[in-house]
Amino acid sequence: MSLIVEVSNLSYTYEDGTQALKEIDFELEDGATIALLGANGSGKTTFVHHLNGILPGSGQPSGSIISSGSIIIDGLPMTGKNLREIRKRVGLVFQDSDNQLFMPSVLEDVTFGPLAWGMTQAEAVERAEAALDRVGLRHKADKAPWHLSAGEKKRAAIAGILATDARLLVLDEPTTFLDPPGQRALSDLLASLPQAKILVTHDSAFARGLTGEAVFFDAGTIAARGPIAAMVQRHGWQ
Amino acid sequence: MLLVSIATLTQNTLIACALYLALLIAAAAAAGLPIPAMLRGAAAVLPFALCFAVVSALAGDPGRGAMLVVRGYLSALAALLLIATTPMPDLIAGLEWLHAPRFLLQTMQFLYRYLIVLMEEAGAMRQAALARSGSVWDRKLRFRRAAAAAGVLFARAHARARAIHRAMLSRGFEGRLPAFRRIPFRTSDAAFLIVACVLTIAVRAAFR
Repeated sequence: MSLIVEVSNLSYTYEDGTQALKEIDFELEDGATIALLGANGSGKTTFVHHLNGILPGSGQPSGSIISSGSIIIDGLPMTGKNLREIRKRVGLVFQDSDNQLFMPSVLEDVTFGPLAWGMTQAEAVERAEAALDRVGLRHKADKAPWHLSAGEKKRAAIAGILATDARLLVLDEPTTFLDPPGQRALSDLLASLPQAKILVTHDSAFARGLTGEAVFFDAGTIAARGPIAAMVQRHGWQ
Repeated sequence: MLLVSIATLTQNTLIACALYLALLIAAAAAAGLPIPAMLRGAAAVLPFALCFAVVSALAGDPGRGAMLVVRGYLSALAALLLIATTPMPDLIAGLEWLHAPRFLLQTMQFLYRYLIVLMEEAGAMRQAALARSGSVWDRKLRFRRAAAAAGVLFARAHARARAIHRAMLSRGFEGRLPAFRRIPFRTSDAAFLIVACVLTIAVRAAFR
């Protein structure tokens, strides 16, 4: 099977001098699901933001927009030229849904991605309504995002990604604010999707419902990769 | 048009002011709004208008000062009426239909969207402060704490703005938001527009 994510030797330092990632090597096969575990501040979110090209570095002579190492998404190197296509293929669900839902109504927000990627208004609305159906929010389509509960906001944010043609879904703390039934529904939904998935989570039980494999981040490095049960045991991640 | 008409009223046109006030009250009544509350709400502008009125009076032009107060009050009432009857998304869509500058509309949209989020954050910060320290009666200390909280809120707002921008980029934003939703222009809208314009112009023309 082909690789959808190929990262090698990726390092990243924030403007304040904090080194968030140190020589990360990571691969993910197309259609596979993996969980990223690790403490707060271990570099998980910084890493997944790189997969979408939203944390560019100072660049390299090769045209890569990152400072060091390389990232290849679905065969496309992370260069300025490929950025639009890469963002189209990587659907990122952010930890704080309020940051992601910026349009005046839920339907308009979910259509934002499809329209940005060049679909017609009718096609975008059709996609958005289907995505809202999948997350059980069709009846809230005309609501303003700030009138939704925290769990509904999370589902709306996921619908915004499902409405696009993303081939890799990256979910940063997807269970935040979701009650147990909401978590089960999300788990069932994600399990039914054919796309490759990266789950950034502290919730190893949720991750285990979707995949058997995890990587463990520690202080900006990948400390280990393997079965979730082994990761949890080795790192005391109960 | 109403605001321009009010703003350009000259002195000795108090009857015109009264007619505009009557028009605004009639519109509020037709919309089922609580008129006393609207009238009280519009009075929020008075302290500011009075400051300028006093300056005008001291400069030897009390009539102009009085008109400033009246115009300020009527304008505030008109703005309140608009806000109370038109949801912000509809207002933005309407302004787009009128070809208002897109940058201005986007700024309005984001301001409205995230003002609520920032207000929630400010409320949470206030609750957290109260939970830890109770009510502080020392005014100096209260002022210092409020200033510190405002600084934290500004830093949070900045961090959120960056996060929102990243989220927008990840979803394909390239400097332009898709068109806002289109609101159909119905016969009733046309009738309202015509009546409002005719009355506004008639009053203004009668008291030049």
